[in-house]
Amino acid sequence: MKIDCKHVWEYISEYIDGRVDPQVKEDIERHLEHCEICSAILDSTRNILILTADDRTFELPVGFSERLHERLRKEIEGSETELKKK
Amino acid sequence: MSKRQLEAEFVARRYAVSQTTMQAAATKEAELIARIVAGEKELFHELIRPYERMVYLTVLAIVKNEADAEDGAQEAVINAYRHLGSFRAEAKFSTWLTTIAINEGRKRLRKAKGAAESSIEEELEEKEGDYTPAPLTDWREIPLEALERKELREALRKAVASLPDIYRQVFTLRDLEELNIEETAEALKLNPGVVKVRLHRARILLQKQLVPFLKSVAPARKGFFRRAL
Repeated sequence: MKIDCKHVWEYISEYIDGRVDPQVKEDIERHLEHCEICSAILDSTRNILILTADDRTFELPVGFSERLHERLRKEIEGSETELKKK
Repeated sequence: MSKRQLEAEFVARRYAVSQTTMQAAATKEAELIARIVAGEKELFHELIRPYERMVYLTVLAIVKNEADAEDGAQEAVINAYRHLGSFRAEAKFSTWLTTIAINEGRKRLRKAKGAAESSIEEELEEKEGDYTPAPLTDWREIPLEALERKELREALRKAVASLPDIYRQVFTLRDLEELNIEETAEALKLNPGVVKVRLHRARILLQKQLVPFLKSVAPARKGFFRRAL
């Protein structure tokens, strides 16, 4: 089936996750072969997701881990009762 | 192999860890939890280490303030420790922990904003709105090395922070913490269909906001042909 650009945009997210039906996937890929706009939109979205997910983008505050484990150490040492069963 | 096939393979690798690896890790984790509950409490340090970042990002997605997010993350971890005895083995530890982090974040948000306002905010889902991507005709990939540049990291963080709350929370769990759609839905107590819609909108809004900036960071190469035109 021939699909237009707007139709492709609706599937961008699911296409990136590989969650579209095989038929839709085929239709999208056929469209991408000749549509430079949709190809660029898809490439840029994917690229942005990869950049955002990199650990360097959202770094933990300096000393976060040390402070967390110090607090945890105090909690563990101070807790003599059994861990709650709720 | 075409460029597109290579990219698809890269994404598939990123999102799908092999079943064997996952099962081995889950078994090791279950053993660790059993030992902690049985009394080897100091092993909790080891259990939580791989999830520190996840807990912090979850709280940050809700409270939107780094200092508050750190306090909230500490509180969530302590809560998880105190209630580990109630963790059921058939559940997934990461999802259970994420739920605790979400509750902690929401508690803080309610305190800061007042209960009425935040409960209204939870309900709001924009039905109308422009969720069309930024149009462009070519894209030059920004390599991961470019993240060494502070202004690029800042622009990415700012764009995520500017997303409407309900979209940012789904985006954080799914794309930053790499939970799958079902786990994201379970942690946020949403229907998987709603998660998909919010994730799609979040990704499109990021593309729309970041493309103009990223294009200025890495302008397309101007070859002889283009100059001659």
